Amino acid sequence: MKSSKLTEKNIKHLSKLAGLKLTKAELSKFPKQLSEILTYVESLNKLDTKKIEPTAQVTGLENITREDKSGKSLTADEVLSNAKKKDKNFFVTKAILEK
Amino acid sequence: MNIDQLTIVKAKEGLKKKEFSSLELVEGYFKNIKKKNSQLNAFITLCEKEALLEAKKADKLISEGVKKSLLGIPMAFKDNFLTRGIKTTAASKVLQNYIPVYDATVVDKLKKAGVIILGKTNMDAWAHGSSGEASDFGLTRNPYDRNKVPGGSSSGSATAVASRMALAATGTDTGGSIRQPASFCNVVGLKPTYGRVSRYGIIAMASSLDAIGHLTKTVADSALLLGITAGQDKFDATTSPSPVGDYLKNIKKSVKNIKIGVPKEYFREGLEQNVKSKIKAALKEFEKLGVKVEEVSLPHTEYALAVYYIIQPAEVSSNLARYDGIRYGLGRKMFAGEAKRRIMLGTFTLSSGYWEAYYLKAMQVRTLIKQDFDKVFKKVDALITPVSPTLPFKIGEKTADPLKMYLSDIYTVTANLAGIPGISIPAGFVNNLPVGMQILGPHFSEDLLFRLAYHYEQQTGLYKKKPV
Repeated sequence: MKSSKLTEKNIKHLSKLAGLKLTKAELSKFPKQLSEILTYVESLNKLDTKKIEPTAQVTGLENITREDKSGKSLTADEVLSNAKKKDKNFFVTKAILEK
Repeated sequence: MNIDQLTIVKAKEGLKKKEFSSLELVEGYFKNIKKKNSQLNAFITLCEKEALLEAKKADKLISEGVKKSLLGIPMAFKDNFLTRGIKTTAASKVLQNYIPVYDATVVDKLKKAGVIILGKTNMDAWAHGSSGEASDFGLTRNPYDRNKVPGGSSSGSATAVASRMALAATGTDTGGSIRQPASFCNVVGLKPTYGRVSRYGIIAMASSLDAIGHLTKTVADSALLLGITAGQDKFDATTSPSPVGDYLKNIKKSVKNIKIGVPKEYFREGLEQNVKSKIKAALKEFEKLGVKVEEVSLPHTEYALAVYYIIQPAEVSSNLARYDGIRYGLGRKMFAGEAKRRIMLGTFTLSSGYWEAYYLKAMQVRTLIKQDFDKVFKKVDALITPVSPTLPFKIGEKTADPLKMYLSDIYTVTANLAGIPGISIPAGFVNNLPVGMQILGPHFSEDLLFRLAYHYEQQTGLYKKKPV
């Protein structure tokens, strides 16, 4: 797909990848809105960056580790306290693999 | 006790001298909240009962001679800071019932210092927005003009501090979300250096850009709070081991002969004339203080917003992937429009075949933007720019056109891309609407930013002005 022309079909595919359900209005608005944003960000193509290293973090910290020691942690009850469905000390989810 | 003119520094003094109690303070703020919040909508959750109880406890401790730096001081917290036992929503319906079981490091530190939580402030959902209009719990209004936006995403925090519904409030800044609302509401907003303040327990937006700060009435209050919130945290590996300064103590040090750069790229087309003239006038005030002002250039500025709107949605899409409705929250069907737009954008730019063209390219240009700042800070000590290209805009003016809304961040995103600190301070009024000015400095130069901001603030006294 040519980036600056995201079609409704592309949008449907992306929403599936992202696990989102779009409303009808979003389905009709998003192709134009997202295409406009992509056209805008494509202004970066004016710059030659072949020899430029990418920056992912800015303060230069490296290899930050801490002692591998157990400490206080949340109880199972606390961890489960916001779950919609639970069973004893387990979260209940939909089956991923069918028999 | 005059709440209108109260600051944290003054409230500390008043409590110490027993001019008023913490209980009176907290009651005073709830009185203001009850009077104003129904119209401004700055809060999502209020904690009146708990706050009054905490205030009584604080008064008891004070009477016993217990010393803590913020004992009995009431504050509001942006609703993306996890607060144990207090509903935390990030202004999204996905989290409308979410009750955290632990405190963010910053919340923990402030509570240990004696802070009392008044409530949780409104925001653009997930911190996605520049106007406060994208909250799933209704928009927040600008206290200086209720038909205008207060800025965002820390909309409720800025409004609460400006309208005297809180003494100070926390905020998060990923592309300007503290500085821009501060400038729209005539308050002081600090975005610290990346890694200066722990992000642990704060609902993540874009992890390589998120900075944790606060909104206060004065520069001294801002310095006081950073002294408490800053520092290395074993729960956030990006926090820096560099020592935390005594920001408040150094604030009055002279700023004579400090060199300020004015980047010409921030004063071009798109900047409203009346905002520009306020910033130019502010530069004259700095010169009166003995500061040296010179024009400088940050040549890659024009690309910053494009870099930001690739990196930020990409990181957003990955951070919001965890909301599956299984462990907590109500699941992906509850995401509203702006979050969906950003997740979709990020999913696209990170997808196979596009990653190099978008995300990698943006990370490379990010290097160029960072190098611009590295170079300029060899010549000058700090930079001064506008915060927002426009005055606070009308509610509804930009909601139909996301790209137009995104352009609101044009002068603020650079600091997040480079990881440098920035402070937004009041610079005057145009048509009774606040205008803010931004001071930027090299990594970990908060000390200098506070000093410059403090001297300007004392010279102009703009912080004393409040909404009618």
